[in-house]
Amino acid sequence: MQAFTLLTGLVAPLDRVNVDTDQIIPKQFLKTIKRTGLREGLFYDWRKQKDGSQDPMFFLNQPRFQGATILLTRDNFGCGSSREHAPWALLDQGFRCVIASSFADIFYNNCFQNGILPIVLKADEVLATMKDVLATPGYQLTVNLEKQTVTTPNDTSYRFEIEPFRKDCLYRGLDSIGLTLQHEASIVAYETQRKVETPWLFTDLRP
Amino acid sequence: MAAQTLFDKIWKSHVVRAEPDGTTLLYIDRQLVHEVTSPQAFEGLKLSGRKPRRPGATLAVPDHNVPTTDRSVGIADPLSAIQIRTLEENCHDFGITLFGMNDIRQGVVHVIGPEQGFTLPGTTIVCGDSHTSTHGAFGALAFGIGTSEVEHVLATQCLIQKRPKTMEVRVDGVLSSRCSAKDVTLAIIGKIGTAGGTGYVIEYTGSAIRALSMEGRMTLCNMSIEAGARAGMVAPDDKTIAYVTDRPLAPKGKLFEQAVEAWQHLKTDANASYDMTITMKAEDIAPQVSWGTSPGMVTGIDQRVPDPQTITDVNQRQATERALEYMGLIPNMPIIDIKIDTVFIGSCTNSRIEDLRLAATLARGKRVATGVRAMVVPGSGLVKQQAEQEGLDRLFKDAGFEWREAGCSMCLAMNADVLQPGERCASTSNRNFEGRQGAGGRTHLVSPAMAVAAAVEGHFVDIRTWK
Repeated sequence: MQAFTLLTGLVAPLDRVNVDTDQIIPKQFLKTIKRTGLREGLFYDWRKQKDGSQDPMFFLNQPRFQGATILLTRDNFGCGSSREHAPWALLDQGFRCVIASSFADIFYNNCFQNGILPIVLKADEVLATMKDVLATPGYQLTVNLEKQTVTTPNDTSYRFEIEPFRKDCLYRGLDSIGLTLQHEASIVAYETQRKVETPWLFTDLRP
Repeated sequence: MAAQTLFDKIWKSHVVRAEPDGTTLLYIDRQLVHEVTSPQAFEGLKLSGRKPRRPGATLAVPDHNVPTTDRSVGIADPLSAIQIRTLEENCHDFGITLFGMNDIRQGVVHVIGPEQGFTLPGTTIVCGDSHTSTHGAFGALAFGIGTSEVEHVLATQCLIQKRPKTMEVRVDGVLSSRCSAKDVTLAIIGKIGTAGGTGYVIEYTGSAIRALSMEGRMTLCNMSIEAGARAGMVAPDDKTIAYVTDRPLAPKGKLFEQAVEAWQHLKTDANASYDMTITMKAEDIAPQVSWGTSPGMVTGIDQRVPDPQTITDVNQRQATERALEYMGLIPNMPIIDIKIDTVFIGSCTNSRIEDLRLAATLARGKRVATGVRAMVVPGSGLVKQQAEQEGLDRLFKDAGFEWREAGCSMCLAMNADVLQPGERCASTSNRNFEGRQGAGGRTHLVSPAMAVAAAVEGHFVDIRTWK
């Protein structure tokens, strides 16, 4: 997994609440058996107008937001389906950071598995930034994971919270399975004890 | 020992180790796998040369992509076919039990887990699917995960987790005639919102919950995720044990007795406290119908479509306006005036035998309205078989419903069962997001009883008084 340390990048605004993962990437793109190439499915239905042509007003279709690496959005982003295709598609489009006033749990977890930093800022901070992004072409933010700050072009800094363990894994780009496997002895000890306490959970269910 | 909630007890008994910040390595007893969210996980194992730690604790089934029509002709969509073949190959390569597409035991992953006795009280259960919360109906801690975590569990039988908070949702009293678990869960989501449960595990308590059958509890826990909660649970009782008894994968003999003894302790202690408690009265819950594009946009059958003009919160007003535009609804119109052209009875929320029995009873001697297409998709091959043994298929077919093979079907329309743009569906599924059942399709979430009545009348009716 790619490490995340410091990012200065163009910000793209998605000024909506409750964006669900069905909108981030619709079902027809879930038939892939790969993690890559999902960019064409990102916000597929919202990119189009009723007649099927591209909607020039949708943020991803606007030239000024091309090359954005930071997505700014609102409450409860990523709700609904657990599909990891949602962060895969965002990553494939070039987003390394999503800033929102709140996230759904599974999407939030899935971001960390893919080197994407999800940041929760206060609702008024998100709204103020949203306004500035829309008003200022080329608007960039600087995200510093070590200091846990988001800094605006006029040097206002917003602090965000992140659990130390997650921060460390993302900062160093660690493989979480590799980390867990380092605790093999603890897993074996747990299984040994549980086989005694709950033997019915250790029968092999295969025919 | 301090008083503990049901959640506390299950969590504590699955902690392998904890980091200084509380991040926990949690042991996972069981994993369910389906074709959509697993290929990249198996690919990851192959690339890193890892093997599943306990293939015998894993069960796989194709459900999202499978056709619900005649399967002997194969799958028309080549991508769906590849995805299902990939699951078959991966299960073969890694020694994982698979109920293939033509196995009578095949079905929606959250229907077959309980049906097979794979789902047991006191366990931790995961699946790369958000509706894994369903299994909490047995007093298990069950939640959906992403594909990277599917790989993590395959490789290690563990997950790295942050401890969630606990919420009690207490529903006391007696439900109105023909009101069901679906109406309860929609009313709860309407009350707390789609993010109301974010960061929490919900335990459902109260006399109305105790009165629910296991099928009803599964419906209830299934939709916990639509309230933002990753997991919902109901403490096991005699109904739970009766349901699990003699299931193919459930423990037998002495092991079963030992398990039942342990399950008696799986309940929240009298003095234990939750981080939050919500209470509702069952008598206040009318049959529910969603009117918008999020499960929290829901109201009683005796109500009207909301009027954005009367909403003071600007965000909520905009969201309502947008939803009504997508749904093609007029503010203040009575819910009973909404006409539908499609009915879908199925999904991991409402496709079990009890759902089908109730729906078939209401369909008996009736006819699906002209211009309405109505389909019934059983949750599993075994549910279908049982329904046919009871003659339910005849009742449905005589009333003009299509009777299909088991799968996820039109809940998310990954197979050929898709709404066309502008079509309006009364659906017993769990999500009414834009385009969920097909691009431009309009979904109204309802109970199976409400879906049957809507099919017959061509519009929503109050099933409490419907004859």
